[in-house]
Amino acid sequence: MKRREFLKVGSVAGGGLLITLTLPPMTAGAQAAASQSSFAMNIYLAIARDDVVTITAPVPEIGQGVRTALPMLVAEELDIDWRQVRVVQAPGSQDYEGRNQRAAGSNSVRVYWEPMRRAGATAADLLRRAAADTWNVATADCEAARGRVTHAPTGRTANYGALAEKAALLTPDPNVSLKSPDRFRLLGQRVRNVDAADIVCGAVTFGADVRLPGMLIASIERCPVYGGRVLRFDDAAAKSIAGYVRAVKVTSVGNPDRPYVREGVAAIATNTWAAFEARKRLDIAWDEGSNTTESTARLHDVCKRALHDPGAIVRDDGDVAAAIDEAAKSVTATYHVPFIVHTPMETMNCTADVREDSVEIHVPTQMPAMTQSALASRLSLPLETIKLYPTRVGGGFGRRLSIDFVLEAVQLSQALRQPVQVTWTREDEIAQGDFRPFSYHRLRGAIDSGKNVVAWDHRQASTSRYAFREGEDPAASEFIPDDVPAGLIPNLRLEYALAESNLPRTILRAPGHNVLAFVVQSFIDELAHLAEADPLEFRLRLLDAARVDPDRSDRDNAYIDIARLRGVLERAAAEASWGTPLPDGRGRGIACHYTFGSYVAHVIEITADPEGRADRHRIERVVSAVDCGQVVNLAGLEAQVEGGVIDGLSAALYGEIEVENGRVLQNNFDSYRLLRFDQAPDIEVHVVSGGHAPTGMGEPPYPPVAPALSNAIFAATGLRHRRLPLLGQTGLGQSESKT
Amino acid sequence: MATSEITVNGKTRTIDADPEMPLLWILRDVLQLTGTKYGCGRGFCGACTVLVDGRAMRACLLTVASLDRRPVTTIEGLGNGHSDGLHPVQLAWIEADVPQCGFCQAGQVMQAVSLLSLNGNPTSEDIDRAMAGNLCRCGTYTRVRKAIEIAMQRREENP
Repeated sequence: MKRREFLKVGSVAGGGLLITLTLPPMTAGAQAAASQSSFAMNIYLAIARDDVVTITAPVPEIGQGVRTALPMLVAEELDIDWRQVRVVQAPGSQDYEGRNQRAAGSNSVRVYWEPMRRAGATAADLLRRAAADTWNVATADCEAARGRVTHAPTGRTANYGALAEKAALLTPDPNVSLKSPDRFRLLGQRVRNVDAADIVCGAVTFGADVRLPGMLIASIERCPVYGGRVLRFDDAAAKSIAGYVRAVKVTSVGNPDRPYVREGVAAIATNTWAAFEARKRLDIAWDEGSNTTESTARLHDVCKRALHDPGAIVRDDGDVAAAIDEAAKSVTATYHVPFIVHTPMETMNCTADVREDSVEIHVPTQMPAMTQSALASRLSLPLETIKLYPTRVGGGFGRRLSIDFVLEAVQLSQALRQPVQVTWTREDEIAQGDFRPFSYHRLRGAIDSGKNVVAWDHRQASTSRYAFREGEDPAASEFIPDDVPAGLIPNLRLEYALAESNLPRTILRAPGHNVLAFVVQSFIDELAHLAEADPLEFRLRLLDAARVDPDRSDRDNAYIDIARLRGVLERAAAEASWGTPLPDGRGRGIACHYTFGSYVAHVIEITADPEGRADRHRIERVVSAVDCGQVVNLAGLEAQVEGGVIDGLSAALYGEIEVENGRVLQNNFDSYRLLRFDQAPDIEVHVVSGGHAPTGMGEPPYPPVAPALSNAIFAATGLRHRRLPLLGQTGLGQSESKT
Repeated sequence: MATSEITVNGKTRTIDADPEMPLLWILRDVLQLTGTKYGCGRGFCGACTVLVDGRAMRACLLTVASLDRRPVTTIEGLGNGHSDGLHPVQLAWIEADVPQCGFCQAGQVMQAVSLLSLNGNPTSEDIDRAMAGNLCRCGTYTRVRKAIEIAMQRREENP
């Protein structure tokens, strides 16, 4: 279809032309982008007469930097000055390529690398052809660069803005060629956060900042026991609160014992504080249900017991038992990783205006398109009647890949026939959260006399994320069968046992990886110690092989390139002066991991706390090396590594959710601690680049932090920490254990 | 409900609200100044930090009465009277490329402004003490420090 067939061009006041795009492939983002006298080239960009280029960011901004990095892809190929760029956020739309616009799996740059560069290149080509047509010259003689088209033989030039109207009417050529990386002028540079100035003025709109006319605020009291039901409630005591409107029951969604949306009673008011106060005065009788017997104490027992028995085989190479029997030395260790919760700075919220035949949603979400389609099917409304506007997001960490808070807002707006903003308190966010799975791991490893690992036996028991997913193997979310050291050790077995529990768990930054990296990279250190080998040399020896079968790859991860993993390990070690002597009481730890296509290694250096309190060891320095292929925004990459390190330290030092009698014990930042400013170490970021296509940096720096820290503590104190968090653990080991 | 007077960003206004309502919600829900954020409601995170008579305080823990008519500055009014409408600390923040998600940043900026206005030449430990109450989940701490150092340096250059 020719584009002019579905472009409507009409005059508007002011002399410009308004282009309205009418067919689905051109609707959502382009319409948002196209201001009057701005001409849409495709769903990603529009060019105005004044040369302002409006670029659509398809993925929500959760702090991962996509509103800067993704537009850079367009700007590079369009070849414009970065200062010409304005960024707009795409509404929830099925039109954008790739994984339903999700901020998940560190996929944004990877997924949009091709289509957004192509969008820029296609537009540049349209502009060249528009110029050639205007000047009646050969397109081949016209060059589009630096915001203008130049006809070299005659020296004629025209800015993009002057050509945009004509260019928008031409048929795009889908086969335009893209720049080779050696011609990049913008990609790989440091570009500041495009929203920084607005952020520091308080001028950006997060979900909690949305204000719709006539909007009411809802704060929901949910049963302190997950899965509890409302028997009856009375709001008499709330009625004296100025601004209080009424109480509305929220109906649970999903299995009653494991609800996706929890049953509760919403206090509705005209302002947030009145809603919070009214909620406290609701008199609610609960049926606490069957989960009052849930506790982390019980799960500790269940998991420890499960480790005694063989589990389901996830992977079984060679003969582990025989290899351990025959080996020169072997070691067995048990690890534990607790429930943790997301704690984005912005608590869950959603603003919904549900009408008879249309719905308007403003929400900080990590998955706008999927939320839109979920609502369309749930409400039996056509997709286009669900207007979903992703706001800036005050932190994601995986929590906003759920839509429970959206469904709450929709229910309440339906009941009240008014726009409603549901706001979670911090207590709700922590105590009513969904958690990273709770797990135990028994590892047995053996080495030969040549310091080679000859056997690796990893048995895990956990509250799998997939326990209740129909048709899914519960092990599939907990083990990554092809991850290091699989394929590198001739005898390797992975076994899994499900620890049954109804407690809620979900995705949390680098799911699976954040558990496995701690366990695997710590245990590799234990084997290095057993072999009396340097932890770096021992790892390089283990990663020596191109023994990994390139035909095997797990479903979310591309084939792991062992040479690239070695590359970051060697770079981090070199930059951290690995192997040079340290004063007494100091130690360095190293760890590496592959997550979602990217490779990261950290070296952490600590000074031991004189009293041996594990959360009080001073973190002197973190040296990181990363390989995510072609760098898009170097400043964004560095920020993501810094952020991943801080988050990893927080979780390792403090992160733990505990449950007693079905009730979560933590509920705010006093009982659920996070790393603070005065504890933040210096973080150095080094980039290893071997010309590969780009992959992400949102999650990969996070998993190897905990093991690098734990390995550093071992180096400094001789004490091996096999459970997280480190808070509350103490001890200084023997100095002869130092590595 | 009761009426009271409050001075925010240089403007004195009469508001009609529950006297118990914390300043945070007066700002966000009554005055529609949403740049000040709710993070924990108990003074643990610093996302709601504003200036009261030039000093950083947690808006979630204050009532209008407790202000005792002292003027409040929020992130929206911080740049008033400065060229380009930006306070030097805001400029330093942009230069150091601090924000990631941005949610805690207004509170961080206000805390830093307070530190630098009360302490002419803070040491690294002074900065630690001043900023330790402001949580950032994106992990911008090292850049916050850099921004504060830039602001100190600029002040030295242009006293």
